[in-house]
Amino acid sequence: MAIESDVLVIGGGLAGLSAAIAAAREGAHVRLVSYKQSTLKQASGLVDVLGYVDGEPVADPFERMADLPDDHPYRIVGESGVREALALFDEVTDYRGGHTDRNALVPTHGGTVKPTARYPASAAPGLASDDRDALLVGFETLVDFDAPLAADHIEAAGVPFAADGATVRFPGDLRADAKVTRYAHLLDEDRAVETDGGRRLPAREALAERVRPHLDGHERVGFPAVLGDDDPAGVRAALSKGLGADVFEVPMGPPSLPGLRLADRLYEALDEAGASVETGVPVVDYEGEERVERVLVDRKGAEVPYAADQYVLATGGLVGKGVESDREGVREPVFDCRVPQPADRYDWFEDAVFGDHAFARFGVDPDGELRPTDERGDPEFENVRAAGSVLGGHDFPAEKSGAGVSLATGRAAGVLATEEL
Amino acid sequence: MASTPHVAVVGGGSTGAGIARDLAMRGLDVTLVEQGNLTHGTTGRMHGLLHSGGRYAVSDQASAEECIEENRVLRDVAAHCVEETGGLFVKRPEDSEEYFREKLRGCEACGIPAEVLSGREARQREPYLAADVEKAIAVPDGAVDPFRLVVANAASARQHGARIETHSKVTDLLVEGGEVVGVAVEHGAKSGERVHGVQSGREEIRADHVVNATGAWAGRVAEMAGLDVAVRPSKGVMTIMNVRQVDTVVNRCRPKGDADIVVPHETTAILGTTDEEVADPEDYPEEQWEVDLVIDELSELIPILAEARTIRSFWGVRPLYEPPDVGSEDPTDITRDYFLLDHDDRDGVPGLTSIVGGKFTTYRMMAEEIADHLCARFGVDADCRTADVPLPGSEDVDRLRDYMDEFGLRSPIGRRSVERLGSRADQVLRTDDPNPVLCDCEGVTRAEVRDAMDDVGTDLNAVRIRTRASMGNCQGGFCCHRLAAELHPDHGEATVRDSWDDLLQERWKGQRHALWGQQLSQAMLNYALHATTQNRDRDPAAGGPSPDYEAFDDGRRATGETRPDAAGDADGD
Repeated sequence: MAIESDVLVIGGGLAGLSAAIAAAREGAHVRLVSYKQSTLKQASGLVDVLGYVDGEPVADPFERMADLPDDHPYRIVGESGVREALALFDEVTDYRGGHTDRNALVPTHGGTVKPTARYPASAAPGLASDDRDALLVGFETLVDFDAPLAADHIEAAGVPFAADGATVRFPGDLRADAKVTRYAHLLDEDRAVETDGGRRLPAREALAERVRPHLDGHERVGFPAVLGDDDPAGVRAALSKGLGADVFEVPMGPPSLPGLRLADRLYEALDEAGASVETGVPVVDYEGEERVERVLVDRKGAEVPYAADQYVLATGGLVGKGVESDREGVREPVFDCRVPQPADRYDWFEDAVFGDHAFARFGVDPDGELRPTDERGDPEFENVRAAGSVLGGHDFPAEKSGAGVSLATGRAAGVLATEEL
Repeated sequence: MASTPHVAVVGGGSTGAGIARDLAMRGLDVTLVEQGNLTHGTTGRMHGLLHSGGRYAVSDQASAEECIEENRVLRDVAAHCVEETGGLFVKRPEDSEEYFREKLRGCEACGIPAEVLSGREARQREPYLAADVEKAIAVPDGAVDPFRLVVANAASARQHGARIETHSKVTDLLVEGGEVVGVAVEHGAKSGERVHGVQSGREEIRADHVVNATGAWAGRVAEMAGLDVAVRPSKGVMTIMNVRQVDTVVNRCRPKGDADIVVPHETTAILGTTDEEVADPEDYPEEQWEVDLVIDELSELIPILAEARTIRSFWGVRPLYEPPDVGSEDPTDITRDYFLLDHDDRDGVPGLTSIVGGKFTTYRMMAEEIADHLCARFGVDADCRTADVPLPGSEDVDRLRDYMDEFGLRSPIGRRSVERLGSRADQVLRTDDPNPVLCDCEGVTRAEVRDAMDDVGTDLNAVRIRTRASMGNCQGGFCCHRLAAELHPDHGEATVRDSWDDLLQERWKGQRHALWGQQLSQAMLNYALHATTQNRDRDPAAGGPSPDYEAFDDGRRATGETRPDAAGDADGD
């Protein structure tokens, strides 16, 4: 006996979640299994759809999709596939940006701006096309965001507003190497902390008090993205009120609270759609020839069979380990699907750090229905579809297209799988 | 002599820095010029082995005796740069029994403490050794941090009045009346970088004597005075593992061959090496087969290396030299001995001495010999003290206390910092400002980074070699921007960005040779963090295409959010 479902989604990142939510909302019995913590923790939490084509910034991603190469995932799902995926995303989250086809430019913690299609409400007041002057605030011990440097940098990027930066000591006795979640929880709980002159104030007010002397008429104030984990809206509202200015978050690198918040929200949506979820369990093998009959899942050392009619492979790319390599070559480890690659390992990369690296495009090669194909171009299996970074043919960091590809191919794979039932 | 003789030392590797220190301690007026960072050439591109002499105990006993002597000196005067790992010469079944006995006899003849271990005993010491290793000879090999050592030599030289100029390339030797009277230097430092007042442009440094301590580049420098020094550069690869699979230096006990040594080094282990003669010390192929060879061959000694994670590879160029008329075909046959070439005696051109060949372990002895030679030439009566006076940082290394409480750092980080800083720990770590960790992989804190910046300004590579920041598993993926940020606001945003880009590119260079498995995953993650999260690949400030800001969403109109007025009435969500 196997654990059975209509659709088994392997992988719990943006693509897997999108596939599972889409399939479950179509009425399928969906189960999602994932091994590691979602790589959303490592992502900024922004939803990039298409920020650059041929190195040029893209204001309207939908206008430029037809200019992408034939094997690009967007060419497979089509512009309408991307739009439908974003509509689903907008429906289940409180992200902003859906009011227009245009990309927004969001300040990065490195001090530049980047195009993105959807952004969390917490980033909305920070957009670079907004001409209000901005104060950026960093914390002495939070080393990923140097606010005065970021302010100078963002002005050098030509934004239509003035930016200033200030560094303050975060209130409360956090140790010098505290994790970002400690900052967030302190603000969530809003407990009284000792502040200058020995007074005790609620943490949010204590922070506002530290920032106030630097405000100098700025209409909006940007903080590193640590403004709450459980109650980010409350934290931001309190700080906005305390400062008399719009408060926003600047997305950060890992561990990323906006990424974690997004993962939480999507898992809730998956639950609402009625799908089952198991995490911490790797798929280690499969059985079947033309079709995958079942997969074997490692649960605490025991190999447990899981059977489904349709499978969605959403295990991620090189970062998520959905694509693996050794000195001899590159492969997809769950179903051993083909990954096209240059034969010589020294052709996988370029000499410049931001060169046109072949490795960035490593992934399975899908047919028109997102099924990974073999050397002859035939589907490896009738009932396996791939979604997200496990797909080759796109360079998401260069294009700023990672989240969009995951959402669009995830949704398409989920819908296609359900249509086969 | 009426005045203090002025010596210009060319070359900021171990030999040049050692010579500068020795001469300065004897009271001479010294200027050292180096085309890149300190250790830019061979010294920064070696596996950091402190030879016991065991390696040369059969083939070159004179060198072996020098090595064991200097090994003992450096453990003493450079204690904060040396890790006393011990070393093993390991015999596999196919290696010659006769050679094993010869090695043992050689060690005894040269005064190198040597002990024979059974295979079982050797595996007790190093559990990852192959099961079929038959036996081993234990010798007092060690590991040295060459960066720390050279920086300490330069710091000491400076304390004794020497001028140290990095990023200063010698473009010519000044020759007047058949005599070398100085060097012409092009200072190449970027704006904002501290180079003791000389930021860019050409300078002529006149000297009573010029010392050519440029290693593999020695032929090129000598040629500027029309002299022929036939250096034979030979390249070798070193591959860095992400953890220490061994805590002892492991050598293969066979006559000679590529890929026969593993040196534990800080948090890593370094696999080496190959030996291929090259024409140009700066431009030679870095080839995949060399990386594969060291991994495959050394996996015979330590099988887990075959599957282990490598983080980068780098190549170094040996400054081999052999006197004219020897004519070795194979670079592995060329002696590792050093030669002092006084060009007055040798070529009738006074004012210039070249030092060529030699080994890192005996750098101090070479420096002593050349300093003796110059002092004799100038009639300066001063003894060499470099074998007795500890280097800065090694004065008081027994005084390691519990720095966890003292500096508010978590224990392993405090211990690593103290190991790196030696007796300077107090001075560097005692700060009233918050001192968070900037490089998580190597546990490097802000105070250490700022201390290094006080010394080298905006050169983040120089900060790197002083602190080890960005040299761990992630190869700078998580910390390059943090290091760069420490330069601000002392340096402007454009300068910071420039230095940041340089470090990113330098860190990428070595990783290219380790792009498979986990390190390829890491490279993709780094790429995503830099290009996706930060958009550093298309940064409009850095010359990337500038977006038309007005064409993008400004967020306000359709979201229903109203701009708060000055009184501040912003709602949340």
